[in-house]
Amino acid sequence: MTFLNFFISGISLGSIYAIIALGYTMVYGIAKMLNFAHGDVIMVGAYVCFYATSRYELHPFLGVLIAMIVCTLLGIIVERLAYKPLRQAPSLAVLITAIGMSYFLQNTALLLWSSNPKVFPSIIGRGAFRLFDGELSISHITALTIGACLVIMAVLTLFISKTKMGKAMRACSEDKGAAQLMGINVNATISMTFAIGSGLAAVAGALLCSAYPTLMPTTGALPGIKAFTAAVFGGIGSIPGAFLGGLMLGVIEIFAKAYISSQLSDAVVFGVLIVVLLVKPAGLLGKMTQEKV
Amino acid sequence: MKEKTKYVPVPSRSILPERDAERAPVLECVKLGITLGGIKAVEDFNLTIGRTEIVGLIGPNGAGKTTVFNLLTKVYQPTTGTILLNGQDTHGMSTMQVNKAGIARTFQNIRLFRNMSVIDNVKTAMNNEMRYNMVSSILRLPNYRREEVAAHRRALKLLSIFDMQHMADAPAGSLPYGAQRRLEIVRALATNPSLLLLDEPAAGMNPSETADLMDNIRKVHEMFQIAIVLIEHDMSLVMNICEGICVLNFGHVIAKGTPDEIQSNPAVIEAYLGRKKEA
Amino acid sequence: MTMRRLINLKRVEARRIYLTYAIVIAAYIICQVMSSTKILSSSMRGMLVPICAYMVMAVSLNLVVGILGELSLGHAGFMSVGAFSGVAAAVLMQNVIPFAPVRLAIAMIIAAVFAAAAGFIIGIPVLRLKGDYLAIVTLAFGEIIKSILNNFYLGVDSQGLQFSMLSDTTRLLPGGKLIIRGPMGISGIQKIATFPAGFILLMIALIIVFNLVNSRSGRAFMAIRDDRIAAESIGLDITKYKMMAFVMSAALAGAAGALFAMNYSTIVANKFDFNTSILILVFVVLGGQGNMLGGIIAAAVLTILPEKLRSFSEYRMLLYAVVLIVMMLATNNAEIKEFLSRLNPFKHKEAD
Repeated sequence: MTFLNFFISGISLGSIYAIIALGYTMVYGIAKMLNFAHGDVIMVGAYVCFYATSRYELHPFLGVLIAMIVCTLLGIIVERLAYKPLRQAPSLAVLITAIGMSYFLQNTALLLWSSNPKVFPSIIGRGAFRLFDGELSISHITALTIGACLVIMAVLTLFISKTKMGKAMRACSEDKGAAQLMGINVNATISMTFAIGSGLAAVAGALLCSAYPTLMPTTGALPGIKAFTAAVFGGIGSIPGAFLGGLMLGVIEIFAKAYISSQLSDAVVFGVLIVVLLVKPAGLLGKMTQEKV
Repeated sequence: MKEKTKYVPVPSRSILPERDAERAPVLECVKLGITLGGIKAVEDFNLTIGRTEIVGLIGPNGAGKTTVFNLLTKVYQPTTGTILLNGQDTHGMSTMQVNKAGIARTFQNIRLFRNMSVIDNVKTAMNNEMRYNMVSSILRLPNYRREEVAAHRRALKLLSIFDMQHMADAPAGSLPYGAQRRLEIVRALATNPSLLLLDEPAAGMNPSETADLMDNIRKVHEMFQIAIVLIEHDMSLVMNICEGICVLNFGHVIAKGTPDEIQSNPAVIEAYLGRKKEA
Repeated sequence: MTMRRLINLKRVEARRIYLTYAIVIAAYIICQVMSSTKILSSSMRGMLVPICAYMVMAVSLNLVVGILGELSLGHAGFMSVGAFSGVAAAVLMQNVIPFAPVRLAIAMIIAAVFAAAAGFIIGIPVLRLKGDYLAIVTLAFGEIIKSILNNFYLGVDSQGLQFSMLSDTTRLLPGGKLIIRGPMGISGIQKIATFPAGFILLMIALIIVFNLVNSRSGRAFMAIRDDRIAAESIGLDITKYKMMAFVMSAALAGAAGALFAMNYSTIVANKFDFNTSILILVFVVLGGQGNMLGGIIAAAVLTILPEKLRSFSEYRMLLYAVVLIVMMLATNNAEIKEFLSRLNPFKHKEAD
């Protein structure tokens, strides 16, 4: 039964990674850039939600909604100011700019909200479902996290495959030049991608801090890196890949903590990543592209 | 889409030029084929090339000519068939190993080391014949200097075949288009190949440049006594320079023979030259 | 055909190499004079060795990023392998070699060997991957090295070296000494790293990299960077040369790590985290990929800048971030670049 408990907490952590990884993977798929500032958008989302609920005493779900709106705008602004002028620049220059943006967000947060950790109130309390005479307990937040991840995944898949905007996104990720010739507004599509990714980051921030209630300006950094790893794990650019990669990473991390060593869990997670990439060099669901000669 | 070419049965022949007839061929392809994305890009490709033969590989766009080069150089691993290079089966070899075994090539979309100087492009291709290690290069030992000087001389000599020695220190990416194509040939020659594959060497050149190129290819052929296969759309160049011609269409060889035979072959005229005449 | 004047790349490169040596030597002499005449503040004097170490890091990462053309996000990992192995070696040699500079030199060589070994192990998967996947694997290795060193215990007693993982189970005999204490790292380090030693290491790193670049190996690295398929087609062993560049780069980073560590009394594995790797990458990119002098200058400026911004205390890291973003926009956006060149009066005259 403890095994099942660990498994469920793994899935729950993995769901958070998956939601964050979706942001990485969508942006990578379309803009072909690693948005290192994504992890810090999570942190901003969590802070906004924290202040909305604790200072202005709004309903937690309203807080999450406000956080989503703020992060969506933040994502669009960041893209406009820092990334759009570098559309033609070498990818490394964009990467460094994204890192600069990550520092910028962290340090702005430090000035606005100080480095003192805040205790984040769980968005749906600390209760739990008890099953099998209390042997298996699933906290409400765990259930909500897993549910939210499934809903997001389903909605996003429908959005990408059915809507006009989704089709435009897929077209842009295949070939931006051709998409433009077909009358697709590439800049608007990229903005939209950043908006969706950042909005999801806000949800992830609220869920993450509900499960692990310490909120600091650096809160987003490590989950950001891990989610990025998850995106690569599943095959970067692939939406089901981000989902699968996130879940697997979460489960591996929790199991490594439980059965190997909590100090070495990160090493195990990254070790598994390396092994996976050795066997499947483009990630679990990624496509190998062959260069045309 | 145009309707698919009818396959008129043609006498497929691979008769080596007289001077090569006695010696083992440099290249033998037997039933070579590859499936790319479910499509048989090349199928049942048979070709024998003599030691010092110049062969033209022609055919309409998308016929699979470059794919044949990619198969020979193992950029793609063939799904069927055998390639014998100097009598040695190249099965399982990598691009690098095939080059060491004697095939050098140029590319349709020029692939130079653009940020390196012209002469460094050529010297890079001599990498495998240079005999000094990392330590002697860091400490600048005598054998480093000796080998570098020798390589430099040979690189200049190769460049002078194409009258490019005065550009030796310029960045390769800054050269005019025609010079970039020529540099690719020099770079390929620098690896001491026994078979040189040229992928559209005259593409984008004006008639006088093409004429110069033709002379240069002849000169290379005489100097190095190697076999050359070239893919080319410029028919005057192909007909003038090649001793044998192989025509591909939809991944199949539809004719092989001397330039005269090819020019009068009905299948070729229909698939290729015929369409040109209408225009 | 239009006659274009072609740049003489050989002359440009030769000039750049001599300029780099000249500037580094001149800067060293000036700093030495300033520090002996006390013009340099003591806080600046304390930064000389770390600056040298970061410069060597920039040169070594430039070999991978600028010359070989592969992105590495875990370079601090090699630095930490070098720091820990170098300091451990220095502690062990304390009684054998009393003369500090020799001890430092040997410690740096041992650090380079250990880091090179780590580079070789990391090289094996690196060789199979491309682009962003390669970058993520270097990131992963950086984190793995950090985790392992955080849980590594090494001690010495009369029976020799004892080590353990996760918790201290070395059970040293009386008189034994625990050198590496897991997350506590190494403390009580003798500060034997000096500015001249840093200068010498930087010069060695520059000589190695420049001489390597102007040899058949260096040409192979650059060929792989410019066009991998063409490089294969002329018979270059991509695997071999990638490995060579990685191992050499790791070795230099290891030596730099040992130098860096022996400037402090305590060193912990968390010092060499992802942010440090990124910091070094920023030096390389800001200085211009493949441009050793640029990387060296960027390393100096970006190490001094946060110190100089101390008067802005809380705002300094924010300013640093803004500087970084603005620099990248200014150097990479075509419109901004054109705008800046119009502002530059010298450029204008040249055009006329």
